[in-house]
Amino acid sequence: MAKLKVALYWAASCGGCEIAQLAIGDKLLKLAEAADIVFWPVAIDAKYKDVEAMPDKSIDACLFNGAIRNSEQEHMAKMLREKSKIMIAYGSCAYEGCIPGLANLFNRQMIFERVYIETQSTDNKNNILPQTSCQVPEGELTLPEFYDTVKTLRQTVDVDYVIPGCPPEEKTTWLALEALIEGKLPPKGTVISHNAKAVCDDCPLKRDVKKIKKIYRNFNIIPEPEICLLEQGLLCQGIATRGGCGAPCPQANMPCTGCYGPVEGVIDQGAHFLSALASVIDSNDPEEIQRIIDDIPDPVGSFYRYSLPDSLLRGAIIR
Amino acid sequence: MEGEVKIGVYICNCGTNIAGTVDVKEVAKLAGGLPSVVIAKDYMYMCSDPGQNMIKEDIKQLGLNRIVVASCSPMLHEHTFRQAVQDAGLNPYLFEMANIREHCSWITEDPKLATEKAKALVSAAVRRVYYQEPLEVREVPVTPSILVVGGGIAGIQAALEVANAGHKAYLVERESSIGGHMAQFDKTFPTLDCASCIFTPLLSTVGQHPNIELMTYSEVEEISGYIGNFQAKIRKKARYVDEDKCNGCLVCVEKCPWKAVSEFDEGLSQRKAIYTPFAQAVPNVPVIDTEHCVYFLKGTCRACERFCDLKAIDFEQPDKEVEVAVGAIIVATGYDAFDPSAITNYGYGRYDNVFTALQFERMCNASGPTGGKIVLKDGSEPKNIAIIHCVGSRDKNYHEYCSRVCCMYSLKYSHLIKEKIENAEVYQFYIDMRCFGKGYEEFYERLSNEEVKFIRGKASEVTDRARTEEEQGKLVVVAEDSLMSALIRVPVDMVILSTALEARSDAAAVARLFNISRSADGFFLERHPKLDPVATTTDGIFIVGCAQGPKDIPDTVAQASAAAARVLAMISQGKVEIEAATAVIDEELCSGCKICNLLCPYSAITFDEEKKVSRVNEVLCKACGVCVAACPSAAITGKHFTTEQIMAEIEGVLA
Repeated sequence: MAKLKVALYWAASCGGCEIAQLAIGDKLLKLAEAADIVFWPVAIDAKYKDVEAMPDKSIDACLFNGAIRNSEQEHMAKMLREKSKIMIAYGSCAYEGCIPGLANLFNRQMIFERVYIETQSTDNKNNILPQTSCQVPEGELTLPEFYDTVKTLRQTVDVDYVIPGCPPEEKTTWLALEALIEGKLPPKGTVISHNAKAVCDDCPLKRDVKKIKKIYRNFNIIPEPEICLLEQGLLCQGIATRGGCGAPCPQANMPCTGCYGPVEGVIDQGAHFLSALASVIDSNDPEEIQRIIDDIPDPVGSFYRYSLPDSLLRGAIIR
Repeated sequence: MEGEVKIGVYICNCGTNIAGTVDVKEVAKLAGGLPSVVIAKDYMYMCSDPGQNMIKEDIKQLGLNRIVVASCSPMLHEHTFRQAVQDAGLNPYLFEMANIREHCSWITEDPKLATEKAKALVSAAVRRVYYQEPLEVREVPVTPSILVVGGGIAGIQAALEVANAGHKAYLVERESSIGGHMAQFDKTFPTLDCASCIFTPLLSTVGQHPNIELMTYSEVEEISGYIGNFQAKIRKKARYVDEDKCNGCLVCVEKCPWKAVSEFDEGLSQRKAIYTPFAQAVPNVPVIDTEHCVYFLKGTCRACERFCDLKAIDFEQPDKEVEVAVGAIIVATGYDAFDPSAITNYGYGRYDNVFTALQFERMCNASGPTGGKIVLKDGSEPKNIAIIHCVGSRDKNYHEYCSRVCCMYSLKYSHLIKEKIENAEVYQFYIDMRCFGKGYEEFYERLSNEEVKFIRGKASEVTDRARTEEEQGKLVVVAEDSLMSALIRVPVDMVILSTALEARSDAAAVARLFNISRSADGFFLERHPKLDPVATTTDGIFIVGCAQGPKDIPDTVAQASAAAARVLAMISQGKVEIEAATAVIDEELCSGCKICNLLCPYSAITFDEEKKVSRVNEVLCKACGVCVAACPSAAITGKHFTTEQIMAEIEGVLA
């Protein structure tokens, strides 16, 4: 059997996905047995022109991580789509926009002003902002265009599979790679993970009916062991988050922040968590309710930490 | 679902109600071009027989399997069209209604905008109906009993109708006796029947009826359940008199040394701290007013206890909570009389001889504070009396509506005054005389011949500042006589204010308790102003009497009987159809997080400890959708309101 050809690429991301890919450890050898890695900027010195030269659909599968923040990333996403038979959104940024996607609360101008002018550590007397092109004595210099909004990979090109997580757990990565190697991929569109149910299904903590009188941040309390963190007032999003990760965070007394994205069939993860949370606030007194929810730190960042660009609202409307 | 989706769309003109504003042809044209739409047409009246037959024919001829009707509110005709669709062999849940009348043509002036809006609503309904699925309507048994809230004439009539038909009625009254406002009246218009003569026999019938469980001095605290199967929690407030022991001798009342203002006599007399509101009270068991009883205030006295041979006085009596199961609820909580002290220029509360209508009613009553004599504060007999109409009614500053009974009781007062005081002069200051009921116009005619002076004009002021000798020591009513176009000043001894009927001050809380709506005037809102005037938007809960709006006794009795007939129909059917659109939990998606468990208002959700999933009991589910919205995993689906259907509807509106 001919070896598979696999490409891996990074767009707007932190590099954590590459670490996660390496974290499969000795299984990398199994991957290497079954597949040639034809493009992987983090590890292999290949140029864009090398990819450009590949015939269409000559790559069997592309694992694409990172969101689409600028024109270079969009260009690469489109090119890799053309060259690959299977396009896999790897990790939360490619899947839902993730942390880079929180920038959708602002537009390009606001981000540039903040980053290149306002921050205290910046010394930019001439208020110089990035330009897509600039003439210097040596000729023209170009930069990719920074977009107003962050998009997910699916909002940019056709995506066949999703491997969720920020970053994906080792076992989730291998679940997908193994299926790829063995030619047993699920139907197109599948979000590949060990569990279609919420994290609670993986989580061994004891749960009862929920009634929340006070919301805590992680550093406010030392939670009781073995009891559902949400019941204790920590904003554990396991109830609204796809399982399959094995619930490592709640088991380490850290509330789930929702990185595996929505449960199968859910359209807006943040809205679903918000709606569920609103249902279990234990008060009928409007003032007390207000006091309780005032303790929620950074609502958008809490509820939409990973999913803002993929949510119904996609971001803030800036006028 | 079988094969290809074939949608039929019908745009109703509703005469000119819709077609006068909306270009129905254009809407039909748009609908015709939408995906899966096989036929789209407009018709004069879709709800008429020919309109319904058109749908049935098309279903048969064209093999339609989804129907959209764009017409009025589903409140009005959803049932009609669902029935039509069902008659043609289609599941009624494969029908969807777009409201292009109440939500569109009636409220949008610009025909262009109205047409665009109608198109958006139709396109939403078409896209939604595509995803609709057949559902089975379920039936539940009806508990053959009723809760009647309010023991005035409305509640009494309703309770008696149901009880006489052989079913249990729980009649709950907030005061210590049933009777309500009618018990305060002297005579009733236009026949001048003595109110007590016709009413007190009813009171005692209620008190003794084997099928009526009377709960006076009680309030409904909580309602749960649904049509056919309500549970009501009722708090029986402590009377401090044991109802089972008391024989109604009222020695305790006689011996009680402490007094308070009589509410029943509208403040014109005093009652004891232990009292029954009136002589024919039902039940004839007194109640201790803890705000005036010196034992409760200071711990001394206990006179009533000492004199009660039956040991019925019980200062330690606690409030009791009882729970009853009923199939339906009739709300008959009545009205409040408008407090005229708000209209300062009429001087109520400032001048001794300005009375409210109800005060005057008590004064005329033979068992009232003056033994039926019409007297001024100083005990003397008035010679001339002015009656001012529309106090608080037909007045933008207070209530814009007409209270419907004031003209008639004002006429009745004229007659009573003429009867009781020889040569009395009576002036009626009216805006319009509204004598619309059976025998009412004749009564007006009769009074016109009794030398009552009718002055058409709203009184602007009642003052004691005399301008002439003649006005000295009198109350002067200042008004415009609009027939003579002259300002007039009429000196009188007594002024009666024909005060408005208004919604109870706690109507908002009562509406919340029973989950019913109120109209802008504050009264409870009927399901349909003409075709369903006693039902509410909550199935199984009915409204009767002045709680629904001001009305006279005959209308109240008719309405109470109508509501009772509705309840009896339910009971004799023995079952009611309930919502098929229940919630269902997909066990493949439920992670057992238990978010939904406590939320269900009908306790329909249980947790399966073995499988670690939650489950909805479909018999108990009332399709409120609370759990559907709360489920963070979208494991719960509200049938007929699936995410797919709702998203399609939104996309349709935005398309």
